[in-house]
Amino acid sequence: MSYDLAVVGAGPAGLTAARVAAKRGLRVALIDAYARTGGQFLRGAAQPRLTGVDVKLGQRVWAVERSSGGFEIHASTTTTAAILLVATGAHDKVIPFPGWDLPGVLTAGGAQALVKGERIRPGAEMVVAGTGPFLLPVAVTLLEAGVRVKEVLEANRPAPRMAAALARIPSKAAEALGYARRLAEARVPYRTGHAVVAAHGEDSVEGVTVARLTPGWRPYAWRTVDCDTVAVGYGFTPQVDLPLQLGCALTGDHVVTDDRQRTSVEGVLAAGEVTGVAGAPSAVVEGALAVHSLVGEPPPRLLAEKARLRRFARALDLSYPVRDGWRDWLTPDTVVCRCEEVTLRAIDEARDLGAHDPRTLKLLARPGMGWCQGRMCGHAVARLTGHEPAPQKRPFAQPITLADLTLHDREDNA
Amino acid sequence: MIEFRFEGRAIAAEEGQSIGAALHAAGIRSWRTTRFGGRPRGLFCAIGACFDCLLTVNGAPDQRACQTVARAGDEVGP
Ligand SMILES: Cc1cc2nc3c(=O)[nH]c(=O)nc-3n(C[C@H](O)[C@H](O)[C@H](O)COP(=O)(O)OP(=O)(O)OC[C@H]3O[C@@H](n4cnc5c(N)ncnc54)[C@H](O)[C@@H]3O)c2cc1C
Ligand code: FES
Repeated sequence: MSYDLAVVGAGPAGLTAARVAAKRGLRVALIDAYARTGGQFLRGAAQPRLTGVDVKLGQRVWAVERSSGGFEIHASTTTTAAILLVATGAHDKVIPFPGWDLPGVLTAGGAQALVKGERIRPGAEMVVAGTGPFLLPVAVTLLEAGVRVKEVLEANRPAPRMAAALARIPSKAAEALGYARRLAEARVPYRTGHAVVAAHGEDSVEGVTVARLTPGWRPYAWRTVDCDTVAVGYGFTPQVDLPLQLGCALTGDHVVTDDRQRTSVEGVLAAGEVTGVAGAPSAVVEGALAVHSLVGEPPPRLLAEKARLRRFARALDLSYPVRDGWRDWLTPDTVVCRCEEVTLRAIDEARDLGAHDPRTLKLLARPGMGWCQGRMCGHAVARLTGHEPAPQKRPFAQPITLADLTLHDREDNA
Repeated sequence: MIEFRFEGRAIAAEEGQSIGAALHAAGIRSWRTTRFGGRPRGLFCAIGACFDCLLTVNGAPDQRACQTVARAGDEVGP
C-alpha cells in the first residue's frame, strides 16, 4: 500500500509528526533503524501512543528515490509514500586526539545513550569533555547512574552572549542552573577553557591528559587524571544523507527548510536536528509544523515558538564553536580516521603531494573511505585541509548487504 | 535477564539491551582488532554511526554490536 506520508526517524520530530498526521486522518508510515522508537532523546522513556500509524522498526533506510506516485523508501523492505518527512536527527561531532581510538573513549551522546537507553553504567570513574551545554546533562546522567565524574571540561569560555540567550528563555536558564547545582553538590568541577587532549592506556583507557586551552584552543599547562572512561562531544552533526540523495538544498551542515519545514525539493519535508541542531523541544515543534504544512495553516503560536527556539540554537552555535587549536593536540602518529587508521602523518604526506582539499586527500590517503564513510573524521579532515566541513554525498546512506540489494532488484523486476 | 555467549563466555543481558552494551557492562570493552594496526575496538558512538563495534552474531559478520539487540542463546565473537 502507498502512504500519504512516510516519516523516516522516530525521534521527537518524527514521532510528533506521525502522531499529529494520523490524528488528521493521513495514512502514515513511521520508519526507524532501531528496535525501539524514541530517537536519541526519549530512548526507553514513555512515549506517545501511535494509534493509526504503521510503525516499521529495525528498518535502516539506505536510499530514497522519486517515483511516479511520490517516493520509494528503501530499507529491508520498500515503502512508498506521496510525501516524505526526513527526521533522521544527528550524531555526535568528535575531533581526534592521541588515544581517542582506545576503548573507554565514548562520545558524549553515546555515554548518555548507554545510561538512558541501555541502563548500564558506562564507567566507574569518568571525565566528560568537549564543548556545548549538552555536557552538563551528560555529566548529571552519569552521576545519577553511579559514575564518579571527576571533571567536566568545557573547551570554550562561553561568553555574555550565552548568558543573554539564556536570560530570554527562563525554562532553559532553570534547566542549566539545575545541572550546575547538581554538579556542585557532587563536588564535580566544571572547568571552562580546558580539554582532554590525550587518552592513555594499553587495551583500554587508564587515564587522560588534561590541558588548559588558549581562546583558540592551543594547549598549555598539562596534567594527568586517572579514569577508566572518557565521554567527549563537540556538538552534533545532522544526518543529511537522505536529503542529499534527493538533491535538497543544504546550508552549512544542515538541510534548508522554510518556516513550514518544506525543503527545496517538492514533496520532501524535514524536521528536527537534520534542519540544524537545536535540541529536542525544537524537534517536537518542527515535527508538528511539518504536518500543518500539509493539512492547513500552521498556528501562529507554533511558528513563534519555532523562531524562539531557533534563535536560542543560533546563540548556542556561536558560543560553542570548534576552534582550530585542536590540531596542536595531535602527534604525527595520532589516528585521524578510525576506520582506515589514517594518521596525521599520512595526511600531512598526502598534503605535501598536493592534496589540498578533502576529496583529493581522500583519494591519496583514504581518510573517510571506511565503514563510517567519514562520519567520525569528516570534520577533522576538512579542517586539516583548511576547508569548511561539508556533508558528503553517500550513494548508500547505510552499508547494505548484497542480499538486500538483490532482494531489492527482485522487487523492482516483479 | 537473558544470556548469550561471547567467545564461549556466558554474558548476561537485560531484555532489549544491545549486545554492545551488555559486553561493555560485563567489562569487555574490546571485541575486535583493526586490520592494519591491530588496535582494540569496542563501543564509541553507541548509536550506529561509527562502526567501531562490529562483531559476528550467529555467523553473520560485521554486525554493529550497539544496534543489535541481544537474544538468548546468541553466539557472538569477533
Ligand atoms: C547519541 C545521542 C544522545 C543524545 N542524548 C540526548 C539527551 O539525552 N537529551 C537531549 O536533550 N538531547 C540529546 N541528544 C541530542 C538530540 O539530537 C536531540 O535532542 C533530539 O533527540 C533530536 O530529535 P530528532 O527527532 O531530530 O532526532 P533523533 O532523536 O536523533 O531521532 C532520529 C532517528 O532517526 C533514525 N534514523 C537515522 N537515520 C536513519 C536511517 N537512514 N534509516 C532509518 N532510521 C534512521 C535514528 O535511529 C533515530 O531514531 C542526543 C544526541 C545523540 C546523537
Ligand atoms: S559504537 Fe558506533 S556503531 Fe556501534
